[in-house]
Parts: sequence; C-alpha cells; structure tokens
Amino acid sequence: MGVMGSHPGTNYTMAVTFRAAAVQIAPSKARYAENLDRVAEAALKAQQAGADLVVFPEACTTGYFLEGGVGDVAVPADRLAADLAARLGRIEIDLVVGFYEIDDGNIYNAAAHIEFSGAGAKVLNVHRKFFLPTYGVFDEERFVSRGREVTAYDTRFGRFSMLICEDVWHSVTPMIAALKGATVIIAIAASPARGFSASVPTNVDTYHRLLRATAEEHGVFVINSMLVGFEGGKGFIGGSVVVNPLGEVIEEGPVGEEFMMIADIDMDLIDIARKKSPLLADLVSALEDVTREIDDVNEALCD
Amino acid sequence: MRLIDRREQFNIDSDEALRSDAELVARWLVAFLRDECIRKRKMSRAIVGLSGGVDSAVTTYLCARAFGPENTFVFRMPYKISSPASLDHAKLVVDDLGVIDRIIEITDMVDGYVLSAEKDAGETRIGNVCARCRMTILFDQSHKHGGLPIGTGNKTERLFGYFTWHADDAPPINPLGDLFKSQVYQLADYLGVPKEIIDKAPTADLIKNQTDEGDWGITIDKADRILVRLIDGWPSEKLVEMGFPTEDVENVRRKVGGTHWKRKLPTVAMLSDTAIGEYYLRPVDY
Repeated sequence: MGVMGSHPGTNYTMAVTFRAAAVQIAPSKARYAENLDRVAEAALKAQQAGADLVVFPEACTTGYFLEGGVGDVAVPADRLAADLAARLGRIEIDLVVGFYEIDDGNIYNAAAHIEFSGAGAKVLNVHRKFFLPTYGVFDEERFVSRGREVTAYDTRFGRFSMLICEDVWHSVTPMIAALKGATVIIAIAASPARGFSASVPTNVDTYHRLLRATAEEHGVFVINSMLVGFEGGKGFIGGSVVVNPLGEVIEEGPVGEEFMMIADIDMDLIDIARKKSPLLADLVSALEDVTREIDDVNEALCD
Repeated sequence: MRLIDRREQFNIDSDEALRSDAELVARWLVAFLRDECIRKRKMSRAIVGLSGGVDSAVTTYLCARAFGPENTFVFRMPYKISSPASLDHAKLVVDDLGVIDRIIEITDMVDGYVLSAEKDAGETRIGNVCARCRMTILFDQSHKHGGLPIGTGNKTERLFGYFTWHADDAPPINPLGDLFKSQVYQLADYLGVPKEIIDKAPTADLIKNQTDEGDWGITIDKADRILVRLIDGWPSEKLVEMGFPTEDVENVRRKVGGTHWKRKLPTVAMLSDTAIGEYYLRPVDY
C-alpha cells in the first residue's frame, strides 16, 4: 500500500486536500452480502490509513458477468447505502461503490457516491453507465438499461463526476463532466484482460493512456479503481491509477491482484494545471460552435 | 513519389501477430488455475493426463506452479499401439517437476469393448474410444483424489475441431484453450519444458505414425498465422491478397467453418421461453 507525499514531476511537498484510497477487489459471484462485508472491511482499513474517500470498482458488490442473474442481485442505491451503513457504524468517510442498481423496475450498471457521517449514510449521487459495451465478450445492453446523463455533483472535497468503464473510452463523456464543473473524475471499471504480447495486458496500457489523457485535457484529477479476479476464465486487469491534472500518474496499483492504494490529492494542482494548459477554457469558449457542429452531425444522422 | 505497396511490406512468415510475453502468460494462467480451482471450487489438486506432448507438458508445469508438485497428479495412459517415446517423454516432465505420477494401461479397457463387440472398428474409431477411456479415468481419479481434471487443448486444435468430442474437451478448466499452438511452444520454452518434447513433431498418438501437421495438411506456423487473422475478422480474400496461399487459407477456413458444433454444448430443442442457455441465462460461475 503506497502513500504519495510528494509530486513526482515537480518534487515539492503537497498540500493535502483530501486522501483518497482506490481498492482493487475480487468479488465472489452474486454474493452481495459477502462482498459488502469485504467492501466495509476495506473501507475501515482505508479509514485507519487516513483516507477520506474510498473508491471501489465497477460491479464490486456482485461480480461483473451476471447475464440474467443481474436481476437477482440488483439493489436500489438507498438499500446499498443502508447495508453499508449497517456494517460501517458511525464513521465519517465517503465511498464510491460500483453496483447493479434497480430503480423503477429498470436495472443499471451504476456507481453510487455515499457520504457516511454521524448523521448516517447519504447518497450524494448515482451515475448510471452511459455507454454499455455490447460486443465481443460484453453483452451489457441485453441485461441492463443505459444511463441517460453525465452529472457533476458537490462533495465536501470539491465537485465530482463518476464514469464507468466504456464511459472513459469516449472523450465526450469526460468532456461533459468537465464542462459541468467536475474537478475530480472517479473512473471505475471491470476490464477483462486481452492482449498478452507485452509485460502487462494490452488494455492496462489503454486504460492508463485514456485516463492520463482525460486528466490532462481537462485539468482534473482522475481516481480510478479496477476490478480484479477471474470470472468464467476472464481475468480482470487491476492496474488502477490516480492521475493528477497534469496528466501524471501519482499512484498505480498492481496488475491482477487485490490491492488498496492511497493517494493524497492536492486540489491546488487543478488551478496550476489549467493555467498552464487552458484547454477546458478554450473548449468553453468554442462551445457554441462545438454544439452547433454536433447538432449538424445529429441532424444529418437523423435524416 | 514512392508508392507503398502493402503486399510488399507484409511478410507471411512473420510470427509477430502471435508473439506473446510468456512470463505474463504463465503468471496469468497460474492465477487463473488457483482462482478457478482453489478459490471458486475449493479444490487444490490437479488431475492431468500426461501424454508426452507439449500441451499436457505445459499444463503440468503450470499446475505444478499453481498447486505445487505434491498436489499435481499426472496419469500416463498408454494403449498397446501408443508410441513408447510418448511414455518416456512424459517421464521427463515427471522427473523434472516431481509431480505425482501413475501409469494406467488402457489396453484392456479399450479392447474389452473393441474386441468383444466391435472387432471391425478402424483406427479412427479406436482412437476416439481411447480418448474417451482416458477421460473416464481422469474424472474417476478426480473423484478419488479430490482434484479437478485440467484440460490441455490449445486454440489451434479447438478451432480445427481436432479433438475427440466429449473427451479432450471435457475437463471443466482449460488454461491453454485461448493460446494458439505456436504460443504454447513459446510458453513451453519459458517454463523449461524438456527439449525432447518441444522438438518432436506434435501428435495425438491415437494412430500409428500420426502427426498433427500430417492430419491438417498444413504446418502449425502457417496455420496459426492464418488463423490469428481469420478469426479476427480478416476476409479470406484479404489474406490471399496479403500473400497467404489460397489453398492454405481455404484449408484453414474449411476446418474452422465445419466444426463450430464441436465447440458448443449439445443442441437442445427449444419449447419454452425459459429454455436454458437461450432465455434462462446464467454464467458458469454464478
């Protein structure tokens, strides 16, 4: 378990705004209660290490590949919060947890940001996966509904957005998050390893490239948590990273192993990065034209 | 201005598309074996049919790493026409790893059926009976030792349908099934599989003087270089345009196209909207 105390690129001592933990966990298939026990255990361990925020991967309460079983284990966000609160007791900590959500009879691949305090558990936000991979090994849209929005929301640490897996493979989703004011993007994923021609699976490098690009383009922190373990022969990669707004990886988890990493987040870096590279401001400036271009494309596609 | 011709650049003898990092692959497969057997199934012993060929040798090396040699039970199961060299090569693996070894002759078992009931059975049929008898033994040994039978089939022979149905493909766990044969050789080199096994012509050893490449009508290297692209969506015509011989591409395409059924569970007549595997969908580890 690593704790970063200095910035690798500029070698100055950081002013810590908050301490984040990202957990790589291998859930037991469809065993919601057992997996929640492990999430709570890791959250308490992270708290002992001084973490204010703990991020858990996509589908960590059940495992990722569930097919029709997803209906057996999906829960409302409030129920997830209550079940975790029952395990955590009265502690002050924020958790982001990937889970299958049921709401109004619809099932979503979702992430919940839950704030725990003496007053109980409060669901700050739920993100429903916007892009559902339905190709190759993936079959999500057959079993879950698609989220319809990318939101940004306020936390005690700053303004956040959550994205899930394919959401960060498209540049448009982090772009919307940044435009809505997010300065921290939580990116959780369950990515089965593919490509063994180098020292790490190919998609580990792909994720790192995408997450670094997201952070650098928009001047945001990216806190990423990846599932590990095997499901039906498919091994999830791990290799989670925390990336600063300069696009630098400040903490990185191992590939394919359960692990908890801790990174100190200095939100002052957001201003520093955005002054140095004001791409987000440029985007805002050009937004009207960007929107018109997209409208034109949309119109052409609908013709 | 220089014209770049894709056909001039592409080398059909290059194995670039098949190169793998054997160290990473080995680490991943050992983790896979431990997770599937120990964590999920609570079984910490492996049962492997050790033929003397490279696939079962590599599987045994992986199992020895995953479970320890003391928990890796290998079975050499010769039939009366099996090559003595196969038995000797398997012994090299046993001696190198210190796994638990047993020889079980299957001649009486196979001939008990063939000589009493099917005297006219040809060598292909007898070969299939041998393969199924071996799997019967492995599953029984699984029960005896509390270990899981580990499959040894590679991706090339799976794609070619080059195995006995409900025999070689029967074990519930298979670490090599997504590796082309040439990638199995890369792994064998890394794991230190004895040179005698790596250097010899691969054979199912079900029929006298049988070799895989003889049965296939194409070398492993050539087959894999076509397969790796064909199943990635490259059209046959494109492969021919790139320089692969038409007859090789057609040979490979035909083998894959004619054996899809062999890579599936039996076809069940659907009568309801709760048909298992059609409507009622649950993953293998649910």
